[in-house]
Amino acid sequence: MTEKTVPVRTDKKGDLAATREESRYLVPAVDIYETSEGLVVVADLPGVDKDGVSVRVENGILTIQGKSAWKPLGTAFLEEFGLMDYFRQFELPGEVDQGKIGGEFKNGVLTIRLPKAEKAKPVSIQVKVN
Amino acid sequence: MRTAWDLFRDMEDLRREMDRAFRNFGLPPWTSPITRFAFLPGEAARVYPLLNVSEDEHNIYIEALAPGLDTASLKISVVQGQLSISGEKPSLNGSVPGEAYHRNERAAGRFVREITLPAEVDEAKAAAEYKNGILLVTLPKSEAAKPRQITVKVG
Repeated sequence: MTEKTVPVRTDKKGDLAATREESRYLVPAVDIYETSEGLVVVADLPGVDKDGVSVRVENGILTIQGKSAWKPLGTAFLEEFGLMDYFRQFELPGEVDQGKIGGEFKNGVLTIRLPKAEKAKPVSIQVKVN
Repeated sequence: MRTAWDLFRDMEDLRREMDRAFRNFGLPPWTSPITRFAFLPGEAARVYPLLNVSEDEHNIYIEALAPGLDTASLKISVVQGQLSISGEKPSLNGSVPGEAYHRNERAAGRFVREITLPAEVDEAKAAAEYKNGILLVTLPKSEAAKPRQITVKVG
């Protein structure tokens, strides 16, 4: 799947808070692999509550967003990470059946299954040998 | 009249700025070390998992950024003021052959990290919680390490 970033349209135009959010975000690490059923996208979104995850498909673009529920504790002695909201977009290949996309979120890992449309599944062709 | 401009001091300042800039993993100096690639494996994170250690009056908190861990494999121990966390992040179902991957950015495998604690802790009362991909270890400070107020008698 090609990575393609299309600015997410918010309903309130001129809302500074919304546009500021769009420009500062973390890019989550993603694994994409293909099975005979379709594509599977696995994204690491640590620090996000299950209510904070949003997956959207619009015009063939898959948008993964996560609102970070993490806050620093106490006074820092060593600080190797800081979490902001997550955002990443991909362009879906034509053969994905957009109506049947599903997924789950567990322990900060989001798994999205993109099944292929029936006609795009590999069909084995019998070869008759004379 | 001598000017206040000193060539060598400027060079030294420039060198220090460049050092600071490149310590930032080669990213522009105006981005903080906590950048967009805070936890991608490879050049940005040479250690795994990334840790935040913080403290307040009563506890030391260690947060490890590690989504998708196999909690049964986690081993957390405190020995002589050093905390050691080891475990495994399992790779995706082993039935996926290498060539079926379109992208593989997430790391997988075993890890170990050791950290020296800034204060003495009471290991018996330690607690660990794994939520939303962040492992939080809370170590209560031992009584001797807690700050104590010393009253001053004005005579």
